Amino acid sequence: MNKIAILEERKKQIYYKGEESFDMRCERGSLAGSVSQRACVFCGSRVVLYPIADALHLVHGPIGCAAYTWDIRGALSSGPELHRLSFSTDLQEKNIIFGGEKKLYKALCELIDKHQPRAAFVYATCIVGIIGDDMDSVCRRVSEEKRIPVLSVHSEGFKGTKKDGYRAACDALARLVGTGPRTNNIGQCSINILGDFNIAGETWMIKEYYRRMGVEVISTITGDGRIADIQRAHNAKLNVVQCSGSMMPLAKTMKERYGIPFIRVSYFGIEDTAEALYEVARFFKNKKILRQTDELVKSEVRRIIPDLDQYKRKLKEKKAAIYVGGAFKAFSLIKALDYLEMKTVVVGSQTGNKDDYKRLKEMCPNGTIIVDDANPLELSRFILEKDADIFIGGVKERYLAYKLGIGYCDHNHQRKLALAGFDGMLNFAREVYSSVMSPVWQFCPRRKKV
Amino acid sequence: MLLRHTPEEIKERKALTVNPAKMCQPIGAMYAALGIHGCMPHSHGSQGCCAYHRSTLTRHYKEPIMAATSSFTEGSSVFGGQANLVQAINNMFTIYNPDIIAVHTTCLSETIGDDVNQICQKARDDGKVPEGKHVIHCNTPSYVGSHITGYSNMLKGIIKYFSKSTGIKKDQMNIISGWVEPSDMKEIKKIAKEMGIKIVLFPDTSDILDAPQTGVHAFYPKGGTTIPELISTGDSKFSLALGEFATDAPAKDLNSKCKVKFKTIDLPIGLSATDRFIVALSNAADVDVPECITEERGRLVDIITDMQQYFYNKRVALFGDPDQLIPLTELLVDLDMKPVYILSGTSGKVFVRRIKEILAESVPNAKVKNGANADLFLLHQWIKNDPVDLIIGNTYGKYIARDEDIPFLRMGFPILDRVGHSYFPTVGYAGAMRVLEKILNLLMDRQDRDSSEESFELVM
Repeated sequence: MNKIAILEERKKQIYYKGEESFDMRCERGSLAGSVSQRACVFCGSRVVLYPIADALHLVHGPIGCAAYTWDIRGALSSGPELHRLSFSTDLQEKNIIFGGEKKLYKALCELIDKHQPRAAFVYATCIVGIIGDDMDSVCRRVSEEKRIPVLSVHSEGFKGTKKDGYRAACDALARLVGTGPRTNNIGQCSINILGDFNIAGETWMIKEYYRRMGVEVISTITGDGRIADIQRAHNAKLNVVQCSGSMMPLAKTMKERYGIPFIRVSYFGIEDTAEALYEVARFFKNKKILRQTDELVKSEVRRIIPDLDQYKRKLKEKKAAIYVGGAFKAFSLIKALDYLEMKTVVVGSQTGNKDDYKRLKEMCPNGTIIVDDANPLELSRFILEKDADIFIGGVKERYLAYKLGIGYCDHNHQRKLALAGFDGMLNFAREVYSSVMSPVWQFCPRRKKV
Repeated sequence: MLLRHTPEEIKERKALTVNPAKMCQPIGAMYAALGIHGCMPHSHGSQGCCAYHRSTLTRHYKEPIMAATSSFTEGSSVFGGQANLVQAINNMFTIYNPDIIAVHTTCLSETIGDDVNQICQKARDDGKVPEGKHVIHCNTPSYVGSHITGYSNMLKGIIKYFSKSTGIKKDQMNIISGWVEPSDMKEIKKIAKEMGIKIVLFPDTSDILDAPQTGVHAFYPKGGTTIPELISTGDSKFSLALGEFATDAPAKDLNSKCKVKFKTIDLPIGLSATDRFIVALSNAADVDVPECITEERGRLVDIITDMQQYFYNKRVALFGDPDQLIPLTELLVDLDMKPVYILSGTSGKVFVRRIKEILAESVPNAKVKNGANADLFLLHQWIKNDPVDLIIGNTYGKYIARDEDIPFLRMGFPILDRVGHSYFPTVGYAGAMRVLEKILNLLMDRQDRDSSEESFELVM
């Protein structure tokens, strides 16, 4: 096999399990000149806030940032669809010279008058940070005039990584939480669901589990989210945080400000989903809830096991490569693949931290390649080196996997199948199975059996 | 109703674009650079720009798209991006080993005032560009023009850097292609070959963005205009520029740099535009039009003759890029259809003038708009006020098509939800036949769907 060049600087970001251990270098900007799979601060904020369906989302900048994020995420709404439109101030050269504040003000007023949203989010793009538009004061002014929350999101692309975008989004959300009334008619066993984005209806599935358990859901942030719910989220007794990479800042703020404790969970895979639900049940120390949770988990598991076992038999010993945004997702994926008795041969993340990589090292068998912020050249090399059967990742890796003649499973925003919860596990197994076992691979030159 | 928020009443908007019918310059520069063999596009800006362009191109072509970024930080935005770009150039040649790095700027690097020309020169002076390798650049501020402008600017950059005149003319001509699909570029090469004309086509994304499944991922697939070909464009006898918005400026540059005479014509979409293309080719190279092309034209006319009644008087709304829309509108008129709404997010006065000329007799009251506020929100309002029989445009038209229950033909960029555009051309007579087939299928399927039982026809 041809050796690819790996720069000295990157060597500490790639680890072969079993070799002498070192602290993974991570949480740093990509090297200039890399074909990075990462995005920017704006992207982070946009994906987190986007699912709030009754809010106006206005991108303040040249047209590109709005055009490329127009309805690209399958975050479903049970009501309004305002979030799926693309609004931009479409800044032109003269705005860059003279400033875009007036244009922003006009655009906001026009849009709010027309659509009567419950709140508005205004996203800063790179250029806004450079020309120095005072977005905060425009938002304040419009908020006072139109009497709805108008929140500026400081998501200038260059100000860090996608993670900083999550933080900017959480900051905007934190300004919203608590602006609704303190209500007394909220039960003792009430939660907010944080960090699920209702891709393919996943929030709905999870909400249904909590309903069956007897736990009241005050707000879902942000999947199928509504402004009024977020405003009264401070009434809940517990924050249940998934995708902790994006939502931890908000959970922490809510703990400081309102004393709401939080737990970190994952709804991916049987083990993690069950553990998440049990943990919530245990928190409330309520016998009825514990009993109902137990019943729920048992009946769900019983229901899906026979089908899962069928896939398991076929998928046993197949090899998977994982490259995802947050490392937390990777943990769950490894466990789910373990359940299917598949092997994780490559695992990487865009935004993992030191502890995440430590945990990955513990979880993975010897020989697994662990990588931070990989580029496509490295990914292809690792896939070929480990002879993976399937790649699990995001949009930019899909066709890379197909070109190499291996299966693919979308574990990102664009996925069409719900992967959360018990049914999600079944969907996951089915999708992995259909791709790994597809008859097309027999026609692929590299994998053709001689 | 996803677009339930669109009111029928049309008010003038000053500060706002809703559901844009354009993208920004850098993605165009990236697409053009991908049509050069062994070339790595490079985005001088934040990581997100590059990620978005790659994702959009990936979704459209269903191919892995390779491009690198300067990964701007807060520091580079204050102190300038020179260090990032020089390091990026060094890293790219070390890791990815391209023959050419094609740098384009972004709104960020433009506004902080990076002099990319000077930075590239510094990289060369510092020995960061290996022997026989090249770094080229163009300026693509996102707040000016659209993706088409960016495409055009990258072509200008290519000419500026590569085209050389030795003083001895070669027996070849240049075809500077507007923004079309790899399938179209292949078709253009096929036509030239049939006519026996030696051409240099640039850019040429065929065999790059329509690469076959081989089991390996070729970082630099076999297609694309090569460096020797690009250099030789300065010695070509003539340039034919296809599409005024994307290629007129590059053709002018080439003429003033290397004295290569040129003619700018429409993209050969449809019957009349292809006629002009074939005539221009035949005149420039002084060759006769071969029988096979005349026959292909005959077959196209045959389809139109056979099916004229289905085209007649059908109202069409179309949106997209000007270079496509102009010949497409003309095709619709040739088919006796009624293009009533034509809209493009790309600005330029020539657009309205050309469309109005084409429609002067057949649809004098057509609504034509481009540039600021020419977005899909407005198009939807027009359609709500007075419906059409067919919508033609990129994937984003599907919302209107669904809400208003109107047949929808996908053409243009991006197409995120169907395949075919990479493989089957819409240019040339063969391409026009495909467009016709698609239009007919849509209209006739609709007729079958909507006809009453007694008027449901077996033979159509």
